[in-house]
Amino acid sequence: MADVWPPRKWARRSDLMLFEALTLQLGYNATLVTMGAMLLGIAAGATGTFLFLGKRALVSDAISHATLPGVALAFMVMVLFGGDGRSLPGLLIGSAITSAIGLLCVSALTHRTRLSEDAAIGAVLSVFFGFGIVLLTVVQSMNAGRQAGLESFLLGSTAGMLWNDAVVIALGGTLVLLAVLLLRRPMTIVAFDPEFAAGAGMNVRRTELAMMGLAMAITVVGLKIVGLILIVALLIIPAVAARFWSHRVGHVVLLAGAFGGLSGYVGAALSATAPALPTGPIIVLVAFAIFLLSLLVAPARGILAALIRHRRFQAQVHIRQGLLALATGQPIYEPLTIRLMRRRGLVRADGVATETGQAQAARALLDEHRWQVLRSDPAHEEAAAHYDWLTPLDTVLTPDQLRALDDALGPRAAT
Amino acid sequence: MTGSEFVPLSLPPLVIGICAAIACAVPGNFLLLRKQALIGDAISHVVLPGIVLAFLVTGVVSAWPMMIGAGVAALVCVGLIETIRRLGRIEPGAAMGVVFTAMFAGGVLLLEQSDTSSVHLDVEHALFGNLESLIWLDATGWHSLLDPAALAGMPPELWRMLITLLAVLAMTMVFWRPLKLSTFDEGFARTIGLPVNLIGLGLVIAAAIAAVAAFDAVGSIIVIAMFICPPAAARMMTNSLEAQVLWSVAFAVLSAVLGYVLAGYGPLWLGFENAVSAAGMIATVSGVILAIAAAFGPFRTRHGVPAEI
Repeated sequence: MADVWPPRKWARRSDLMLFEALTLQLGYNATLVTMGAMLLGIAAGATGTFLFLGKRALVSDAISHATLPGVALAFMVMVLFGGDGRSLPGLLIGSAITSAIGLLCVSALTHRTRLSEDAAIGAVLSVFFGFGIVLLTVVQSMNAGRQAGLESFLLGSTAGMLWNDAVVIALGGTLVLLAVLLLRRPMTIVAFDPEFAAGAGMNVRRTELAMMGLAMAITVVGLKIVGLILIVALLIIPAVAARFWSHRVGHVVLLAGAFGGLSGYVGAALSATAPALPTGPIIVLVAFAIFLLSLLVAPARGILAALIRHRRFQAQVHIRQGLLALATGQPIYEPLTIRLMRRRGLVRADGVATETGQAQAARALLDEHRWQVLRSDPAHEEAAAHYDWLTPLDTVLTPDQLRALDDALGPRAAT
Repeated sequence: MTGSEFVPLSLPPLVIGICAAIACAVPGNFLLLRKQALIGDAISHVVLPGIVLAFLVTGVVSAWPMMIGAGVAALVCVGLIETIRRLGRIEPGAAMGVVFTAMFAGGVLLLEQSDTSSVHLDVEHALFGNLESLIWLDATGWHSLLDPAALAGMPPELWRMLITLLAVLAMTMVFWRPLKLSTFDEGFARTIGLPVNLIGLGLVIAAAIAAVAAFDAVGSIIVIAMFICPPAAARMMTNSLEAQVLWSVAFAVLSAVLGYVLAGYGPLWLGFENAVSAAGMIATVSGVILAIAAAFGPFRTRHGVPAEI
């Protein structure tokens, strides 16, 4: 056997590796992991959206931590009955059972006691996780448990993933996606307005449990790839990122699925290019990068868009005030106002109005006078509600109404 | 069991466990009442990137740089959560979920990328701690507690945890009234001129200090459990804040002692050979206490609000 593995002649430039990873040319195992992670990401993004919209994103944290005792218990039971103990479906069933118990505990603590949901989540996640660790130390002291490697479920481990494991993950992801598709209407209504849903005769409790059940399914399916500590990220981050781009539930769900799938795909491919790039954390960091990008540049609610809106509003206010000052012959001292008006060719460097400036100033003053008349007349109450010192009145009233207003203005309308 | 066996092997971990439990439970009461219980969860996750960064910067595994690193990470985390919540106008829970998972993932990645194979620094250690290993080899019996030479060999975690506990208790007592006021009636506290935001930040910093010191000794999992379970159980027992804090301290001590004893001796009683994780057992016991309190506590229901919605 050679000293170095892989042999040095195989060494390639890493960008080439990345390209190959992204086009699924890095071999059987990497392809398996990448496809599995993508499916998982799509399903997780779509499911997580409903949790996020219902303001219950962190319930998934309790669910995911509550899987640990189940994994350990399932291992013990399988070994006790003479099995291998490491069979993935068995471990997943075990984790599903305890996470369901954890979920019911959260629900019971929230509904039956005075604790708020966040306290219930924290209590369940820490206690179940602690109990899981106790069981893990028991497993480690068992003869069969030394090589069990159950710790890999904490952070996920894709090394040596088998075809069967991939099938389990793909199947689980697809089933969850189908369920989301079927339940999207009731889940949307319950997420936004549980009281309306109850009033409309829907079973709110059951819909909520279905929502949580789907999150649980995602957690269980994702244990192998992402691990139980970080799987919450796949449920939360894509949904939060998608929310920046749209106000419509359908779009947010689709986008969250796309973001989740992209994170899974790119993250798994990236991690296949080098040994020290653990799959779960890389997937989460890719998702976080998508979130940051959305936070910055999304047109609906992003920071840049808000900044631009703010600057535009500021300019409008300054120019309006500047024009009114020009029209009434007052000097302008505010440097920003002068700069903005010069850029638009409304004043000269010494602050004297240009011809366009004079024309616009007269129009602004007329508009201001019209508003004054309008606001003093109770008949125009509805139109007066539009008054914000900025909106030109001719965008609010019809030409006929304007003419009537000008008659009331009398000689001042002529200026 | 004789003193010559108990003092070196069990006394230090027991004292450290009790101190860590109380230091987390006391600020936990206020976090619970302010509906910020999960801040403890977030902080204990981001401790990992903090200590890894501190290790990368200093190149050594030593307590103080790592505690500073973890403290800085906790503050960065809280700041980021607040920033993202305000800038993105998203609910605090989701903002928290975004920040602490991303920071934890960053910590794991840093750990994998850096050459830490030579030192004892791994994710599992960060999560579970290693309470059982904090033994006091210089002790020969109870009289060692009065022997300065032997005391010098006490695990340093014990002194750090003790100092942290005293600091947390002192801070709670000094700021008791403003804390209580701003927790129950923020609007009123603001009108009488209390710096409400500063008090909130101070509370989070106190929680972070407790979490970081406790994490160093006992691992994250106890930290989260002790922040939430004893105060939550205490809340079922009383309506008065003073009594609630005392109850929570009692529950915290009970969890630490019972958990440690059960982890160390429970398996032996059942006929097994190996002890189980003390950190995990302490968290489990605190959960059992909470479950009992939730089932039988005299003040378990919301008054005036039906139990079923």
